[in-house]
Amino acid sequence: MKRKKSIKERLREWDADAFDLTERTAGPMHPAPAAPEEEKPEEPPAPERETRLGSRALRILYSVLAALFGTVMLSFLLATASELPPYGAAENPVHNAVSERYIRDGMRETGAVNIVAGVILDYRAFDTLGESHVLFTALTAVLILLLGEGVHRESTGQIRMQQDRIVTNTASVLTPIIILFGVYGILTGHLGPGGGFSGGSIVGAGLILHSVAFGYDRLGRYLNIKTFRIVCFAALAFYSLSKCYSFFCGANGLHTVFSPGVPGRILSAGLILPLNIAVGVVVACTMYGLFSVFQRGKI
Amino acid sequence: MAFSVNFPLFSIVLCLLCAVVSSLLPSKAARAVSIALCAALAAGAACLASYGVSVGKATEYLMGHYPHPWGNELRFGVLEPLLVSVFAVVMLLCLIGGKRYLAADLDPEKSNLYYVMCDLVLVSLTALSYTNDLFTGYVFIEICTIASCGILMIRQLGRTTLASVRYMIFSLIGSGLFLLGLILLYAVTGHLLMPNVKESVAALWAEGRYRTVLLMSMALITVGLGVKSGLFPFHFWMPDTYGYATPSSGGILSGLVSKGYILLLIRIVYGAFGTDIFYRSGISNVLFVFGACGVIVGSISAAREKDVSRMVAYSSAAQIGYIYLGIGLSPGMGVLASLFHILTHALTKPLLFLSAAELASCAGSRQRAVWRGAGHINRVAGFAFSVGAFSMIGIPLTMGFVSKYRFALAAFERPLLMIPTLIVLAVSTVLNGLYFIRVVVAIYLPPERRTDRVRITDHPAYAVCAIAFTAMNLAAGIAALPIVRLLESSLTLL
Amino acid sequence: MENFWQQLWNARIAVAAMTLFAVGFVTLLLHRNLLKKIIGLNIMETAAYLLLTSLGFIEGRLSPIVLGENTDPLLYVNPLPAGLVLTGIVVSVSVTAVMLALTVRLYARYHSLNLDDIYAMAQREHGVN
Repeated sequence: MKRKKSIKERLREWDADAFDLTERTAGPMHPAPAAPEEEKPEEPPAPERETRLGSRALRILYSVLAALFGTVMLSFLLATASELPPYGAAENPVHNAVSERYIRDGMRETGAVNIVAGVILDYRAFDTLGESHVLFTALTAVLILLLGEGVHRESTGQIRMQQDRIVTNTASVLTPIIILFGVYGILTGHLGPGGGFSGGSIVGAGLILHSVAFGYDRLGRYLNIKTFRIVCFAALAFYSLSKCYSFFCGANGLHTVFSPGVPGRILSAGLILPLNIAVGVVVACTMYGLFSVFQRGKI
Repeated sequence: MAFSVNFPLFSIVLCLLCAVVSSLLPSKAARAVSIALCAALAAGAACLASYGVSVGKATEYLMGHYPHPWGNELRFGVLEPLLVSVFAVVMLLCLIGGKRYLAADLDPEKSNLYYVMCDLVLVSLTALSYTNDLFTGYVFIEICTIASCGILMIRQLGRTTLASVRYMIFSLIGSGLFLLGLILLYAVTGHLLMPNVKESVAALWAEGRYRTVLLMSMALITVGLGVKSGLFPFHFWMPDTYGYATPSSGGILSGLVSKGYILLLIRIVYGAFGTDIFYRSGISNVLFVFGACGVIVGSISAAREKDVSRMVAYSSAAQIGYIYLGIGLSPGMGVLASLFHILTHALTKPLLFLSAAELASCAGSRQRAVWRGAGHINRVAGFAFSVGAFSMIGIPLTMGFVSKYRFALAAFERPLLMIPTLIVLAVSTVLNGLYFIRVVVAIYLPPERRTDRVRITDHPAYAVCAIAFTAMNLAAGIAALPIVRLLESSLTLL
Repeated sequence: MENFWQQLWNARIAVAAMTLFAVGFVTLLLHRNLLKKIIGLNIMETAAYLLLTSLGFIEGRLSPIVLGENTDPLLYVNPLPAGLVLTGIVVSVSVTAVMLALTVRLYARYHSLNLDDIYAMAQREHGVN
């Protein structure tokens, strides 16, 4: 009588874990879900850690294993390091026809006196296009996380800073110089040390110094979230579109309207100067934006 | 040269522009932009794939005026545009199908940023598929890391934030290893463009110079990409990441992002290391072992899991294991099986995540225990989930069957690895059967309480997406031969 | 022995970079404190950039900014690693910012930086989800 179960009943039994293979062998791995909140009053964190990591012995084992793992990894890496080409030698494999052409023809082909600027903004411009969008991606991710969260009022430390004569007076002298230096770096990136990334971060640092010393209100008149987004949009869109044009021409064997010009002049090197400006704007905005979002949850 | 060879450049720039524009738009417009972008990308890539088939050779596309080894380049044959097209279609369907949950899970003020992140995921997948330059690969890997973390953490639950942290940590470990491997490779070859790297690596290997550095860099690049895609010992972030993300993101992360890294690995193995050297170095055997362990461990963990979304997520670990097992087996048939499995998984997992969410909303919880009869309440979701589950088990007529069959075929090429491969396949099929069939049976048992049936017209967006996914899965499962032939011919162009 | 020290001296930057990389990697992977993980991440990436920068250096040559009209390749160091490092630094700054923002969020919710504690607390509120 009892053996004559219908298929449906058997399936029901299976579903209700009546003859379960997997879970019995598995044992209680995952804690039972959904314990009501009031059953578990607030516990200090220390015993929780005990349950996670087991006991003291386990924690010691963990650190021993970590040290062991680190040693093994380090020995592999050092074995590799010993085989690498010697430091500073001129005949290393990296110093090949690639760098030779960058140096010999770089100035003629890109118009940039600073060969590194020519490499990153002309020969390998696609990398740099990606790179400036990494910044944009990171800023967007931080905005997702922190916009409208965190401390809304300025912290006491901040207010104390704003009352400090030394801070405000130094800032009022230094801010214009710092920003001017950054702008100089951006504008002469193709002629010497500098460029969009370094110049932009100097400008960003100047903006941050200003907002630390004088609060956000004065800067906020020009740099609220809306102008911020529009400026980023304009710079990045200009970057993408102009590079798209130049890549398209390059791949299809067409001539671009941008010419290298006379190397050494401020208005030379084709697209490199405008691209440096675009990158500089994005970097400066991102630096200031990150600071502001981290500190008060808005721009 | 046909005009369609410009499509990769246009699609990358278009994605970047759309991402930047979307940050200014209201959420509805941003959503429309994203959907249109996916459609445009899919169409363009499909054109390019047909061009690739008709030309029969790979195209090298200069990004600028300078050829390799000086300037950046893209390179595409048939495989890359084909996969980009599939990626774009899957993302389109994910965005459409998860609409209801997106509306619930996103903060309305920030929901346009979700679509910005989706666009950025798409651009990084596209660039990873097309790039011929290792360092460009690294830059877009990082965009992909941050953007995929973005689409995960936009659901601001504590659990999701924690999952994002763990995902981010493992991703960063992976990209750190990849970067070091890349630097070592550059140090001894002096090149970053894949064709030149391949030449130098072959020359150095033949001379026997820098053997340790080459091995180490191959190992680091492989392990780095393996960690990022969730290969066995590093798969612990998967259940939390996929299980607690909003269903669209779960689908995109499991179906697409991990596949982008694997595709890059396959392209690097073929294009930069050379299959001869890679398969002689012994790294492929390590991949095989870890892949096999991943299959077994992933399946066992999935079988233990009671929360269906997390179960599906653990099953992803097993599927990634399959893919690496195939790559480890052999360069021809093994990689072919892996490629087919990439397609299978990309078309199946998002369907499973979305259907699981749909069924969970009928049943009121994601715990399997209360799902009894959910398939009667929501018939579309029940059917779609069943098809997806059958595909993961490998029942004939679905894509999963074809990929398991290809794995078995590939195993016969390596006599030494044949028995372990077949055992792994058999064990995992049984385990998959156990845990997936259980759920399918549960949802088709008579419901315990009477609830109103959910009609197709109640959630038209989901229905469209589910029907499209199921139709593609069944079509590709029944008419698999042309697809396999296409993949086979595209492998020769890598 | 002489040979060994010579070899070690030649590989001094690589050895330093690899050691730092291992330190950073282990910290990132195995430390339980989130902030220390982020510090480990930065050590790891900086070590990689140190190695990359050192590749470009050639004893006794100038920085790659053209002097006058002199474009003799034997005069300047390799410009490519510098460009790559520049790209890399920006990437690492972005990643650090995202990690820090995630940390701020987690701390605001759980008032802890220890991942084990946070995990245990999240496990407890799992029922809500």
